[in-house]
Amino acid sequence: MTDDLDDLRALMDSATPRPDAQRRAENLMLAQENFDALQGSRPAPRPTSRNIFSGVKTMLNAMTTKGGLTATTALVAVGFLFVTPMGQDLWQGTPTPPPLPASVTEKRAVSEDQLLQQAPGNFSEALLSADRQEADDFAAGDAEGSLAPEVMEAPVVMSDIPSRSADVGTEAGGVVVIQSLAAEAPLAQTRTRAQGETLSLVAPAPPADAIQPLEPNTEAFPDAAPNPLKITAETPVSTFSIDVDTAAYSVVRSSLMRGQLPPKDAVRVEEMINYFPYDYPAPDAGDAPFRPTVSTMTTPWNPDTQLVHIALQGQMPAVETRPPLNLVFLIDTSGSMSDPTKLPLLRQSFLLMLDQLRPEDEVAIVTYAGSAGQVLAPTPASARNVIINALNQLGAGGSTNGVGGLEQAYQVADGMAADGEVNRVILATDGDFNVGINDPDALKDYIADKRDTGTYLSVLGFGRGNLDDATMQALAQNGNGQAAYIDTLSEAQKVLVDQLTGSLFTIAGDVKIQVEWNPAQIAEYRLIGYETRALNREDFNNDKVDAGELGAGHSVIAIYEVTPTGSPAQLSDPLRYATEESTPSSDEWGFLKLRYKAPGDDVSQLLTTPITAADAGSEAQFAAAIAGFGQLLRDDSYLGDWTYADAIALANSARGSDPFGYRTEAVQLMRLASSLSQ
Amino acid sequence: MRMTTSDEDLALAAAGGDRAAFASLLDRHYDRLFAFCFRLTGARAEAEDLTQDICAALPAKLASYQRRARVTTWLYKVAVNAAHDRRRRRATYAKATTGWGDWEVNRTAANAETSRAVDWLTMAMNQLPEDLRDTLALVLDDMTHAQAADILAVSEGTISWRISEAKKRLRAIKEMEDAG
Repeated sequence: MTDDLDDLRALMDSATPRPDAQRRAENLMLAQENFDALQGSRPAPRPTSRNIFSGVKTMLNAMTTKGGLTATTALVAVGFLFVTPMGQDLWQGTPTPPPLPASVTEKRAVSEDQLLQQAPGNFSEALLSADRQEADDFAAGDAEGSLAPEVMEAPVVMSDIPSRSADVGTEAGGVVVIQSLAAEAPLAQTRTRAQGETLSLVAPAPPADAIQPLEPNTEAFPDAAPNPLKITAETPVSTFSIDVDTAAYSVVRSSLMRGQLPPKDAVRVEEMINYFPYDYPAPDAGDAPFRPTVSTMTTPWNPDTQLVHIALQGQMPAVETRPPLNLVFLIDTSGSMSDPTKLPLLRQSFLLMLDQLRPEDEVAIVTYAGSAGQVLAPTPASARNVIINALNQLGAGGSTNGVGGLEQAYQVADGMAADGEVNRVILATDGDFNVGINDPDALKDYIADKRDTGTYLSVLGFGRGNLDDATMQALAQNGNGQAAYIDTLSEAQKVLVDQLTGSLFTIAGDVKIQVEWNPAQIAEYRLIGYETRALNREDFNNDKVDAGELGAGHSVIAIYEVTPTGSPAQLSDPLRYATEESTPSSDEWGFLKLRYKAPGDDVSQLLTTPITAADAGSEAQFAAAIAGFGQLLRDDSYLGDWTYADAIALANSARGSDPFGYRTEAVQLMRLASSLSQ
Repeated sequence: MRMTTSDEDLALAAAGGDRAAFASLLDRHYDRLFAFCFRLTGARAEAEDLTQDICAALPAKLASYQRRARVTTWLYKVAVNAAHDRRRRRATYAKATTGWGDWEVNRTAANAETSRAVDWLTMAMNQLPEDLRDTLALVLDDMTHAQAADILAVSEGTISWRISEAKKRLRAIKEMEDAG
C-alpha cells in the first residue's frame, strides 16, 4: 500500500511544474502591497455596504474595451461572468494580474451607475446577492471570518496610497515628533531610502517604483541626516547635548540577529558608542560630578585626519547611601504585547530588577491599553511576592484605552513622593503610545512639566514591528530619562541590573557640550553622530534649554573627525578672498566648554578645557571602531574604502578586559553585518 | 541572507507589521506553496491563480497566526481554505451561467476542454472527490496524518480512511484504463 503512495508521490513530484517566475514576482509584489495597505487599516472594520460596492467596482474595473459589446443583450450574463475572479480570468482569456485600481476613471464610475440603474430589478438584486455570496465564501473559508473584507478591499485601497501612507505616519504619532526634532531631510525621501535598503536584502527586488510610496512598517525612526562637514572658518562653534540612550544599539543588534541590516535611520552612532561602559578616570571627590577627558588619534579610515574624543566619566556615588527609590511601572498591555519578546520578556526583566531594589524602595504598577488602571498599589520592594504576583497577572489583550495611563502613573508617583527620595516612571511599551494624551506635543509638554516637579520618565522599548523609536526618544529626552530597547534578557540584565544605578540616579542635569575650533589649526570638522541632539550656539548658555542627563557612573563619548589645516584630506578649497589668518597662532586645536546642573539646581555650572593633541588609549580606539561600524551601517560617505574587516580588527585590538562581554558581542555583530552587506 | 531565523519568528514579526519579515517569509515558502496549490487543483493555470489568491489574502490572515502553530501547517490551512473558496465560487459561477445563452455555454465548454488536456495523474486526481483530493495533496506533500488532520480540521482516523479510500479509487481508475 505504501508503495502505491510512494509511486504516486514520485509521479506527482515530476508532474508538478515550476512556478512561473513572472507570476511569482507579481504575486509576491501583490502580497507585499496588500501587506502594506493593511498596516494602516487593520484596526478599523469596514461597513458591509462598502464591501459590496467595492466588489462591484472591482468587477467592473476588470472590463476591458471588449466589455462594451455586452452593453445590451449579454448584459446579465456578463454581470455574472464578472462576479468572480474566475469569471474575470475566463473573460480575458488568460489569467491576469489583479485589476489596477489606478484605472478607475470618471467614465467607469458613471457606467457603473448606469449599469446598476439600467439593469432589471431582479438582475441587480441577483448581482448583489451573488456578490454577497462571494463575500460569504471568503468569510466562510477564513479562520477569522471578519478579516475577509480587508482582502477584498485591498485593490481599491491601493489607489490612494500616498494619502494613506501619510495617515499611517500621523497615526503612529512619531512623525510629528520627529519633525520638530530635526526637519532637515524630506521625510518621505529618507523613509524610502531606508525601506529600499531593507527590501533589497530579502525581497526578490520588485520594481522599485511600485513600492516606494508605501510605509515600510509601523516602526518610526528619527530621520536626521548625518552631520555634515563644517568649515571651521565659517562655523567654528559646535554645540550639542549629551545622549545617554542606548536604544539604537539594541535595535541594530536585533536587526542583525534576524539576518537583516538595520534601517539606516535606526542607526544613531552616538548611542552605539555610548552603549559600552568605558574605563575613563572618574572625578576626584569634591570635583564636578563628572570628569572630561580629551584625547586625539589618527582617524582609522583616513590617515590625513584626526579623531578628537571627548569623554565624560560620571562619578559613582556610594551605592549604599543612595536615597530610596519610588518606581512606577507604566506598562503597555495592548494585544500586540502578547508576543514572547514583549510582555513575557518585560516580566522577566522586571523580576531581574526587583532583586536590585532595597526593602525601603517602593514599586507601583499601572497598565494602559488592554487592561487599564493601577494593578499594584505602592508596595515596598520587600513584599517581593506581592509584586511578583502582580507582574505575573499582567495580561496582554483588549484594545480599550482607559483614562490616561500616563496621568495615572504620575499621580501614583506623586503620592509616593517624599523628601529626599527619587521618583521615576518607567514606561514599557512596544510602540503603542496611546497613553491618554494623543497630541504628541501636548504629551511632551506634559512630561516636561512633570520632569520639572522632579518625577523623571524612562522608556523601555520591547519587540520589533511597531517600535516607535522616534517617540521613545522624544519622551525620554523630555522626561530626563533614558530610552533603552530591550531585545534580550541579557540586555535587560545590562539596563536594569548592571547599570540600574546609572539609569535611575542622575548626577548631572542638562549636560551640554560646546566646542570652538581654532581655524589656525583645524580646517574642517565633523561631529560623528548626535544628529538628534544638536543645539543652537546660543542655547549653550541658556539654562532654560533642556539637554541630556548624566547618570551615576555613566560615561559619554563624543567624537569629532577633524582635518588639520594643510592636510591633503581637506575637502573644501580655501577662499580666495577671505581675510588672511588673523588669529594669533596657538597650539590649541579648540576649546571645550561643558555646562551642567547639579541635580535639583536651576543654574548651570561651566567647565572648560583646551583641546590639544593627546594620545588616545585603547578605550578611544574601541569607541572609534564602533563609530566606524555605525557609519558603515549608515553608509556614510566619509569612510573611503574602510570596511567591516577594518572595524573588526580595530575593535579586537582594543577590546580591553570587557568584563560583561559587550565588546565581544559587538565584534560578532560587525561580522554579521559584514556578511549581510556582501 | 541568513536563513537561520525560524519561520515562526518571521511570521510573528510579519504579523507585527514587519514588512521585511513578511517578504522574507513569503519568498521562502512561495515555491512550496505553489507546488501544493498544483496538487490541490491539478492544473497549472489554476494553481497560479490560487497562489495569487492566497498571496493577496495572506497579509490579512497573518493576524490569525498563532505562535504554537508551525508556519507550514498554518499556510496549508490557508491554502486549503482558499482552494475551497475557489471551488465554491466556480460552482456558483457554473450554476449562474447555466442556461444563459449559447455564447456563454460555448465559452464554458472551451474552458473545460483546456482543463481536460492534462496528464493521467491530474485527471485521476480530478476524478477524486474534493475531500479525498485535499487529503491526498497534503499527504503527498510529506505531511503526517496528524498534520493533515489538523489542517483539514478532521480526526486522524478520518485522514487514514480517506487515504485508503483514495488509493482504492485510484487503483480502480488505473485498472479501468488498463482494461480499456
